[in-house]
Amino acid sequence: MTTEQSGQELVGRGNREGAALFKDWFTELDQTAANGGQAAYVFVMGSLNEILKSFDLPVVFPEINSLQTAVRRVAHEYLDEAEDYGYSPDICGYVKADVAVQLRGGQHPMGQIPPPSLTVLTNACNTYIKWAEIWERMYETPTFTIDIPGTRQAGGQTWQGDADFEADRRYIEVQLTELISLCEEVTGRKFDIDRFREVLGHANTMSRCWSRILELNSARPALFNAVTDGTIFLGVANGFRGTETGARYFERLVEEMEYKAANGIGQTIEEKYRLLFVGVPCYPIFRRFNELFSEWDATFVNSTYLWFASGGTNRGFEYDLADPLASLAEGTLVSVRDAMDSMFHQNEILADMITDFDADGVIYHPIKSCRTVSTGLADGRRYLTEQIDIPTLFIESDMMDRRVVSEAQMKNRIDAFFEGLESRRQHSLAGT
Amino acid sequence: MSYAAGVDVGSTQTKAIIIDEDRQIVGRALLDTGANVIQAAESSYTVALKEGGIDEEEVDYVIGTGYGRFRVTFGNSQVTEISCHGRGAVHLFPETRTVVDMGGQDTKAISVNAKGEITDFCMNDKCAAGTGRFLGAAAAALDIPLDDLGPVSLQSTKAIKISTTCTVFAESEVLAWIGKGKKIEDILWGVHSSIASRSVALMRRVGLDDQITFTGGVSRNEGMVKALEERLGTSLNISDDCHYMGAVGAAMFAMDHVLTGRTPVGSGAGVAS
Repeated sequence: MTTEQSGQELVGRGNREGAALFKDWFTELDQTAANGGQAAYVFVMGSLNEILKSFDLPVVFPEINSLQTAVRRVAHEYLDEAEDYGYSPDICGYVKADVAVQLRGGQHPMGQIPPPSLTVLTNACNTYIKWAEIWERMYETPTFTIDIPGTRQAGGQTWQGDADFEADRRYIEVQLTELISLCEEVTGRKFDIDRFREVLGHANTMSRCWSRILELNSARPALFNAVTDGTIFLGVANGFRGTETGARYFERLVEEMEYKAANGIGQTIEEKYRLLFVGVPCYPIFRRFNELFSEWDATFVNSTYLWFASGGTNRGFEYDLADPLASLAEGTLVSVRDAMDSMFHQNEILADMITDFDADGVIYHPIKSCRTVSTGLADGRRYLTEQIDIPTLFIESDMMDRRVVSEAQMKNRIDAFFEGLESRRQHSLAGT
Repeated sequence: MSYAAGVDVGSTQTKAIIIDEDRQIVGRALLDTGANVIQAAESSYTVALKEGGIDEEEVDYVIGTGYGRFRVTFGNSQVTEISCHGRGAVHLFPETRTVVDMGGQDTKAISVNAKGEITDFCMNDKCAAGTGRFLGAAAAALDIPLDDLGPVSLQSTKAIKISTTCTVFAESEVLAWIGKGKKIEDILWGVHSSIASRSVALMRRVGLDDQITFTGGVSRNEGMVKALEERLGTSLNISDDCHYMGAVGAAMFAMDHVLTGRTPVGSGAGVAS
């Protein structure tokens, strides 16, 4: 095989393999449901896949199930069903689509979803807690909530060596020990420390690669679109964390991105504007949403979504396999805390990112469904623009509910934003 | 002599403006948009040409703006009405730094620099509260012509506070106040104050800088001008051309192209959609 041929195979491989893995994942869930097997329900911000995979428990991410209904343009059917059942239109669309999946006995566009044998969640999202209570009532299976101490104030995180940090880490370690006991009880299997180390090793590979991939996208032209391509990578990062398959996928993704960076290969557009995305994507019109930007030759070079929705694993924290449980507690603290910071204290991170990624603008996308991630965005935007002279755009829609996505209004604002960017660039080039 | 034109296809009305090389308005038109957007754009342009006594061949460049900008089929390019209102306002009132554009479907607060370029903007979200439509609902409930709303509201001696922000519910709230025996002028002043309150909140989000120019169809409503001025504590820039401001700005961008060859900022992108 020539170098050119191998390069052609590399470019786009991550998207192709990511899509295939996604199908494999849902096929596994479908078979689990058919066989009456066990599954753990988890969330993207602190899935604790590291412990669950060491018990070989298939994982279900209801957030991902729900967004898939939106991407496949059937979310309204699920939302309507949950609203008919009694849920308010104001409640999180992810929750409502999942409720409809459960009411349908696990029926989902990608296959059958098994019911939970166990639910694991963190406090990173307040809705997680109420959501898990729904399954608790429906299935009478246990729910385990891990309380992760968050950042007390912006920039005020404590780190290893600090007494407060050690107290927080120990607090999490005790909870993880309890989770292991619960997993033993649910699965009837003894905890295997060697298997646990193996899983952590795979998670380390993935975290290292994930961090590297995001860093590589500072290349000009950007190697991938952080909103569209990035969401595919994110799905694998969540569903396959702690598995050999996931680790191998990310190693190959780094190989692809390094090849693209070395050869100056970007995306299909002529990159004119580099943008940062803040918030959750608009899944009901996922492709069209991106086109509204790519029509202006703009690409998303990074996104806070890739940080918080990967549970902060973008930090690249690697566990110490010699002291696995203590290290998992530390990694969970550092990563999930970072995921929360990416939602609540993102200004400083964004300011760095604007410089590191040579960004031309920041797109804020608050969503009706999720006040947790959206409430502070207007203030954050104002704060950022007071600190840095950077154009920003604030467009509100939803990640699930097509009823509150107005494409015409969105396009009008996006076009006006780019008209401003273009004027700014014309004057910059003319020195006026 | 070269001419340039701007055609603003809004949700309620379509406006066309033709300017000469000295950027003086030589022709204008204002028509209801109706269901046939392409026809509305063509008709308004034809009327403006006729008013100016200009042949279509004499117009070197046409820019479409407004929600129907991509339906100005004879246009050379498109620019959003957000950019156009900013540009037009600074042309008419050079010291303008904040623009409030109140139209039939939305209200926009636009922050502009001395060149008339937008530095920030903010709009009402998927809801007609605080827009011209809110006034339309009140007019329907009270059976008063739209043009009389402002003058009647200015006769108010004791304002009623309209608590709803929903255009749909505004009508029932207005009827409820009538049922309680309140005077129409007091209710109407309450309606104007309610809209002004929401609009000023939008303006604060982009930053309130002197001078403020009021544009869009609702700028003709003197009751709204007073309500906004009272809430802002300052006077607004207003002229008869404010209603046409989107088309004025579009014509200015078009003339820029005629005189300098500069590509208008919005040209090209999104035409297919």
